[in-house]
Amino acid sequence: MIAIKQETERCYPMKQLSPEAIRRIKAALFLACLIPFVRLAVGTRAGTLGADPVEAITHTTGLWSLRFLLLTLAITPLKCWTGWLWLMRLRRTLALYAFFYASLHVAVYLLFDQYFDWPEILKDIAKRPHLTAGFAAFLLMIPLVITSTNAMMKRLGGRNWKMLHRLTYPIAAAAVLHFFWLVKKDVSEPTVYAAILSVLLCARLVPRPRKAPASPPLATHRPSPSS
Amino acid sequence: MLIKKPADIRPSEITPPDLFRQRRRLLELATAASVGTLLSGAVRAGEKLTGVRASAYRAEDEPTPFEDVTRYNNFYEFGTSKEAPAKAASRMKTRAWTVVVDGEVTNPQTYAIDDLLKLAPLEDRIYRLRCVEAWSMVIPWVGLPLAEVLKRAEPTGNAKFVEFTTLLDPNQMPGQRSDVLDWPYVEGLRIDEAMHPLTILAVGLYGEVLPHQNGAPIRLVVPWKYGFKSAKSIVRIRLVEQQPASTWMRAAPREYGFYANVNPEVDHPRWSQAKERRIGDFFKRPTLPFNGYGEQVAKLYSGMNLRKFF
Repeated sequence: MIAIKQETERCYPMKQLSPEAIRRIKAALFLACLIPFVRLAVGTRAGTLGADPVEAITHTTGLWSLRFLLLTLAITPLKCWTGWLWLMRLRRTLALYAFFYASLHVAVYLLFDQYFDWPEILKDIAKRPHLTAGFAAFLLMIPLVITSTNAMMKRLGGRNWKMLHRLTYPIAAAAVLHFFWLVKKDVSEPTVYAAILSVLLCARLVPRPRKAPASPPLATHRPSPSS
Repeated sequence: MLIKKPADIRPSEITPPDLFRQRRRLLELATAASVGTLLSGAVRAGEKLTGVRASAYRAEDEPTPFEDVTRYNNFYEFGTSKEAPAKAASRMKTRAWTVVVDGEVTNPQTYAIDDLLKLAPLEDRIYRLRCVEAWSMVIPWVGLPLAEVLKRAEPTGNAKFVEFTTLLDPNQMPGQRSDVLDWPYVEGLRIDEAMHPLTILAVGLYGEVLPHQNGAPIRLVVPWKYGFKSAKSIVRIRLVEQQPASTWMRAAPREYGFYANVNPEVDHPRWSQAKERRIGDFFKRPTLPFNGYGEQVAKLYSGMNLRKFF
């Protein structure tokens, strides 16, 4: 809440939604984020994940974790851009889903690729840069998940909480590096994600007005949704 | 543990010569009866190849289902995803197709593909295929020994290596419009590797004409090397004195060597080669040295440091 208050001061005039509308949007988002998981579960049961279902599950969960990470990072610039303050209320759901898919991604590796051969796993993570980056990203997500509750936010205080949660930037960067370093030759897909991440990070460097101006003319400066 | 036992080469994998000859006689009788169809020649993917002999080289492992062999392919000429080749390769034309055999030979040849198929009896060869990406399959190929083709060209004393070139035609192979690799695809073997009886030119699988996505109309199969060594849709076989620079060597010299023998002890710089996932399995199994063909081929490399010559 504290974070939201600070943002209000720095961003464009807020556009509020009723608590009921926000509740409904959050519920819809929660279900929508489950779709990739449900598709994987159904595909695994039906045997429609292709010749190598383990690879399909690994790639899909990894991709969705990265996508949710980027969506999480897109919330703040989107909010400032549109003035839709309620977007902030969706951020935790997106971030927790990033962790959910990352956990599945790691679990598949530990179980199917390594069969819990811990010495081998540690050696593998230390030796392969893409695994080092990926595993670092996963581990760094854990303190953020633990401190994601309202109670923890209060306990840490807005400032500290914000500082800690800036870890999301290195996490996303490590996740993109993980993707870059693991592909055999065709880097076109990781390049797209790297570009999106750069845009999201650069958007944070653009200076924003300190106070929300009261006059409406600003609305005309706002880009249309299609741009 | 759920991990399956590794498939070692068991003595029973090599058919006893008596039984083999007996089977061969039976097959000869059968093909004699259908000699008319034999000469008609199957040309389209999915058509049954006739007159195919059994062979002593058959892995005991259970073959990977036809659907997986033909829908999970690395064939960058049609895109870098595993699914792209099955979708995009249908537009490739495999007739008329010629294969040139030249270079350090006294008797260079230009074969129409259908003549090449008649050069030697086609054989069933059930081989393990180990991809450098740490997955594997078991594929019942139909093909002829590469040695049969090379011998007819009469290699000169200078012929130390063999270079294979894939078709270059971005109209038929849309993946070649991307610069993900240097086209055309080039691979190479040392002459003794090329002459080895395990090395074949495959023209079919599961008894049928080779589907386009698997390298139609003719491809190399070298079962003790990583899959990328087995060049697809070959238009030229050139005997040369110097070791050819293969496409993957040029793309990433630190990661892909000329030899590319399957070796669980020499990792790819970015991932382990100790284990592999057999397509159809969930858990990985240990990778065998030379993909389980060590008994037949290890002697080709005696005294060589296989870490250096990876």
